[in-house]
Parts: sequence; structure tokens; C-alpha cells
Amino acid sequence: MDHRLIYLVNIILVNVILAVGLNVLVGYTGQISLGHAGFFAVGAYGTSLIMMHLHFPFPAAIIIAALIAAFLGFIIGLPALRLEGPYLAIATLGFGLTIMHIIGRWEIFGGRMGITAPPLDLGIPNSSLSFVIKGDVQIYYLILIMTVLLVIGARNLMKTRVGRAFMSIRDDDIAAEVMGVNLTIFKTMSFAVSAFYAGIAGGLYGFVVSFFDPFSFNLILSIIFLVMVVVGGLGSVLGAIMGAVLITYLQYDLLKNVENLPYLGGLLVAISKQWFTVIGLANFGGIALGLIMIAIVIFEPLGMFGIWIRIKKYWKSWPF
Amino acid sequence: MFEMLLIEGLAIGACYGLFGVAVAIIYKTSDEMGMMSTFVAYQIMTVYGWPFYIAFPATLIFAIGLGMAIEFCFLRPAKEPTVLGLLILTLGAEMLLMGLAGWKWGAEQKDFPFLLSVHDTIEIFPGFALNEWTIGVFVLTTVVMVLLFLFFRYSKLGIAMRATQQNENAAKIMGIKVERVFSITWGMSSLIGALAAMFFAARSVLDPNFMMEPFMRAFAAAVLGGLTSIPGVVIGGLILGIIENFFGYAWCRCGDNDRRSVDLGRSP
Repeated sequence: MDHRLIYLVNIILVNVILAVGLNVLVGYTGQISLGHAGFFAVGAYGTSLIMMHLHFPFPAAIIIAALIAAFLGFIIGLPALRLEGPYLAIATLGFGLTIMHIIGRWEIFGGRMGITAPPLDLGIPNSSLSFVIKGDVQIYYLILIMTVLLVIGARNLMKTRVGRAFMSIRDDDIAAEVMGVNLTIFKTMSFAVSAFYAGIAGGLYGFVVSFFDPFSFNLILSIIFLVMVVVGGLGSVLGAIMGAVLITYLQYDLLKNVENLPYLGGLLVAISKQWFTVIGLANFGGIALGLIMIAIVIFEPLGMFGIWIRIKKYWKSWPF
Repeated sequence: MFEMLLIEGLAIGACYGLFGVAVAIIYKTSDEMGMMSTFVAYQIMTVYGWPFYIAFPATLIFAIGLGMAIEFCFLRPAKEPTVLGLLILTLGAEMLLMGLAGWKWGAEQKDFPFLLSVHDTIEIFPGFALNEWTIGVFVLTTVVMVLLFLFFRYSKLGIAMRATQQNENAAKIMGIKVERVFSITWGMSSLIGALAAMFFAARSVLDPNFMMEPFMRAFAAAVLGGLTSIPGVVIGGLILGIIENFFGYAWCRCGDNDRRSVDLGRSP
């Protein structure tokens, strides 16, 4: 199989996990987070460091790391009880930056040079139970299984009492409280669940890229995560998956080598030579993503899921 | 040493304050939701400090035009967007502008030619010297503050802006063209932001994301000072500047030799 393709699919699956988790928070509970790169970093660093220093098997390590992320999510959820809208965005943004700088400064975390992920061992390392997963293809199967499980988990969670409580908070938090939904418990729980997903995604991401440094978990990454959820469609698991696939594909594949595209690539190079700089063409990805974000908000606030619903409705009653 | 740190901190803080005012003005008129819109304002700044800028006023006029254009093209067509929608919208515009700037000027860092130098000092009274840049910042901040105060207190437009911020529907009934007020607000915010950005560029270097960190701090300053009060924002900025400068100094002495990342710089 094509190595690059497998790598791309792995990244997409990781982002699907994250987007589904973020959608629980943003789409279903109606809270804003600009700090998910922080939880993502906690997952990535937590998993790798627990495996490296404590020699835990991978499943235990990733779950512990995700629980740490969930605990941090719970902590962030506490001020969120009093903050709304833009203020919450700023608070979570501050959290994300803090995590990034703490990891970047502290020597235990490998400092600013970043760390290399240890061998991915499902069993107990250095014993007869050791079972090391090597290569992109094997990691792909592991990630695929986890993605499917987590997506089904999120889907089912939304159909339970907890999921309905989340949605009632989104629609009207005062009414929800009057109906007996405990805002303290459910808002913080939503943050914790979302951070747990981000932690799992981060742990897997560490092994996909196999080398990461603190400053790749920056604000831009948090923004991209949020864009996935909004472009895909708020408040739907399918939407989050579609958004994650589209944005990751654009970011990692299509827009990365924009000058090699048929027709459009040549045109862009010509435009660059005429008015812009050819070196700067690498920034075209940002322009395209920005335009997609603006267009989605102005023309299709429900995102790709909204488009999907409209297509479905159209064909349901097709001849009429 | 102490006085130096204090003055320096106050100067940087004044810059943050100025920038924070740009943030607060948008908040002021376009209500709570509009606050996130200021993310664009940040991005607008990077566009202003072109190394070959023709003239200071030309840049400022461009700033006003760009602020209005963004309001007109992106915010106006969005019908009653949610907070999250506005956030995505402004972040989208930010990425768009950053991308355009990078496409046009490349990502390498440039020096920004500026009238006032950080290195040339002027002795105001014996034994007390300040560099030109610091004096410029203090003068500019004071002038902007006084002008804004007079504008919001006495001019028709300023009063209309405050009315729009307090209650959009009531303002409409009173015959205020709310859309036009928004547009002018964006222009103003962009103008003040451009002023602050040029001062920042003179201190650090110029590249498509040189305003990222100062913007964060300005935002923090604006929140610290209270988003609805302009003097509050400037005071918040001053406090932040002083804290940052003293911490930067202390950090330096702990053996970490990259003060830049603590001081004005970007993420290391």
C-alpha cells in the first residue's frame, strides 16, 4: 500500500476521534472551546511518557493519559459554569496556551526539542507478553478499531439521559435547570468527555507521527479542530466525521502541494509570479481554509451535515 | 535598573493598552458577540506594516478601508449568526488575511523602518533619558485617549455608537443607521490597531504573524481592564506591561537566556 495514503488515513481517523469528542462539547452542549490542542497535547505527551518512564502497556497508558486530560477538562469546566460565549473562548484559549508553554519549558517533557514516541507495545514491555505494533498499516488497524468504538460510544451517549441533558443545556440552560438538569454536573461532564476523546486522539497521534514537539499543539491547531466541527455540522456525529475528513484531507494533501494540481495549480503559479511571490504560495492553504470557514457561516450554518440533509430530503420526494 | 524596567514596561503596556482599545471599540458597538470579531482586527494589523509603506497616513487610510471592507464583506451578509458562528467567521477572515500576507510577502522576517528608533535616546531632564520610541508611545496613547474621550462624549457619531451598543433596536428606532455605525466602528478599530501594530513592528520584526503574541496580551489587557471602559483597558495594558517586563527580567536572571519569548516575541 501507498505509505503516504496510509499516513493520511491515520491522521484523518485521529482527527475524527477528536472532532466527535469536540462535537459533544460544542455541538451538543453549546460550549465553545479554543483549547482542545491542549487536551490533545496532554494525551500525546501523557501516553508516550507513561510508556517510556513507567513501562506501562499501551492500552493502560493511553487510558491513563486520557483520564488526565478528562480531569483537566473537568477543571476547565468549572469556570465555564460562569462564563459564556466569547469569555469562555478566551478562558479555554488561555488554557491551551498554558499547556503548550508548560510542556515546552519543562525538561521532564523533553523541552522544546520534542520527543520521539516509544515502540507501540500492546502487552507488557520486555517480557514474554510483549506485542509490539510496527509500521503504519498495523497502527492503522489499531486506530480504526478505536475510532469505530469511540464513534459508536459517542452516538450512543447522545441517546441516553446524559446526552439529552447536554442538548437541553445547549438549547436553554435556565429551562434545563428548572427541569432538574444539574448544570454543574453536566457541563463539567461534557468538558470531561470531550477532553477524554481529545486525550485518546492525542495518544494515537503521537504514534502516527512518531515525533512531536510542544509547539505543534498551538492555537492554530485548536482553531482547525473547531473548524472541523463547524464545517462538518454542529450537533451531529456524522457531521463531525465529515468535517474531520474534509478538513484533514485539504490540509494534509490537497492544499499542501497546491501548485501540482491540474489546471488550478498552473494558474495559481502564474498569479503568484504576476502579483505575489511563488515561495509564498504555501500560504494558499490558509486562504482556502479561511474562505471555507467564512462561506460555511454565511451560506450554510448547519455545515456539511445540513447539505447532506437537504440532499436526502430532495431525493426522498424526488419526482415532486 | 528598576526605573528602566518600569518605564519600559509602561511603554509596552501603553502599546497593549492602545491595541486593547481597538479590541474594546469593536466590542463596544457590536455587542458581546462582536468581541470575538476582534480576532480579525489582530490579523488586520499584520497587513499594515509593509516594509515599503509609502507613508504613515496612507497606511492609516488603508487600515480604515480594510476594516470597513471586512465588516461589509464578511459580517454583514451573515444573518444573525451565533457567537460560535461569529467566532468562526472572524477566525476565517484572520486566516485569509494571514494567508494573503504570507503569499504576498513571504514568511521570512523583515525589519520595519520606523521614524522613531528604540536605540536613540533623548535626555528629558538631566540624568533621565528615554528612547524615542518610548516617548512616541506615551504621546500617542495620551492623544488617542483624549481624542476618543472627546469623540464618545461630544460628537454625534460617538453618541450614536454608544446608543447602538446599548440597544440596537432602540437605536434603529431613533433613526440611527446601525449598519453604517458598525462599519465606521470597524474602521476606527482598525485604525487604532494599525497605529499600535506599527509601534510593535518597530520593536520586533515583521512577518505575517508578528502580532499574534501582542494581540493575546492586548486581549488579556482588555479583559483585565473591563471591556466596556476605555481608560480601564489602557490601565489594564499598563499593568500587564509592567508585570511582563519585571517577570521577563526575573526569568532572565534565572539563567534562561531567551528573554525575547517572554518579552515581546512570539512563541519560541
